[in-house]
Amino acid sequence: MNGILSVSTVLNTASAGLIVLGLYIVFTQKNLIKMVIGLDLADTGVNVLLVSTGYIKGNTAPIFSKAGLQVSQMVDPVPQALVLTSIVIGFGVSALALALIIRLYQKTGTLDTSKIRGLKW
Amino acid sequence: MRKFISILLLAGFVFYFATLAGGLMIPSSSADRKSVGLEILSRAKGETGAANAVTSVVVLYRGFDTLGEVTVLFLAALGISVFMKGTGEKRKTVLDQSFILKTGSRLLFPLMFLFGIYIIAHGHLTPGGGFPGGVIIATGFFVILLTSESVHFNKTVMSVLEGLAGLSFIGLGVVGLLGPGNSFLQNFLPLGKFDTVFSAGIIPLIYAVVGIKVGAELSSVVYAMKESK
Repeated sequence: MNGILSVSTVLNTASAGLIVLGLYIVFTQKNLIKMVIGLDLADTGVNVLLVSTGYIKGNTAPIFSKAGLQVSQMVDPVPQALVLTSIVIGFGVSALALALIIRLYQKTGTLDTSKIRGLKW
Repeated sequence: MRKFISILLLAGFVFYFATLAGGLMIPSSSADRKSVGLEILSRAKGETGAANAVTSVVVLYRGFDTLGEVTVLFLAALGISVFMKGTGEKRKTVLDQSFILKTGSRLLFPLMFLFGIYIIAHGHLTPGGGFPGGVIIATGFFVILLTSESVHFNKTVMSVLEGLAGLSFIGLGVVGLLGPGNSFLQNFLPLGKFDTVFSAGIIPLIYAVVGIKVGAELSSVVYAMKESK
């Protein structure tokens, strides 16, 4: 398959789309929870990009699950291990952000950034 | 103005990705690949004894990094507990869900717990490990907390469990440091029979510890968020 839709093209396009979409949401939305959703989308895009760098066409997961499996038939394990870290950090960031938002809502009674004094730009 | 600036920024990003895309089209055959990954793949089986090469990277080759990752997760959980502390108002009436939901969640909880333990115990053989397994266990607690408002955890037990798990992670690393390998998180146990549950030296132990830590941490996060309504 040497067509225009190779797997790495699809993954790169998807990741770029997710990152741009997520950043657009963060820049334009005023609702804080929507901004966190945008951050999460951009995060997912970065993860997809990282995983796709380790991809090798036609190869399997880097697990020696069958006896005859050769090293040359596997994809790169290092980006996958890095993405595991990245997912956990992304989870921590969004959980902490949501906790902050809950506190902010209790203090100000709104989620709209333009209505919260001291957050304008 | 704000929209204009954001669209300008986004256009910059799109341009950046367009230029990057050429370099990211990774060589799609394994013959022209000369990377750390190939070296690790060819050595991991003999050195770590784990069938899952990703696990051997996460737990042994980059084990110190995983310790940092666990620390970041701990800091996030700590921050959430601090923010949520004392925000809950005492509710007079306890709202429980219907009998069917309560019984169903109590039926589901042991199964989810068991599945989490299974995922943790097979981290070195199949995709999975301490982080996903811990999240599955925490999801079990989450289901219970969602359906029955009157359920209360012993927070002290959770904190003690979490602290002990974190200490044992560092302790395992220090034992490796003192052992013959002379480096932090070095494997000091026999590798065992390849591709069985009791193999791969300290990897299952570290993943068990990580699983307990993540499970306890996320359960207390969910509990803190629920208490603060």
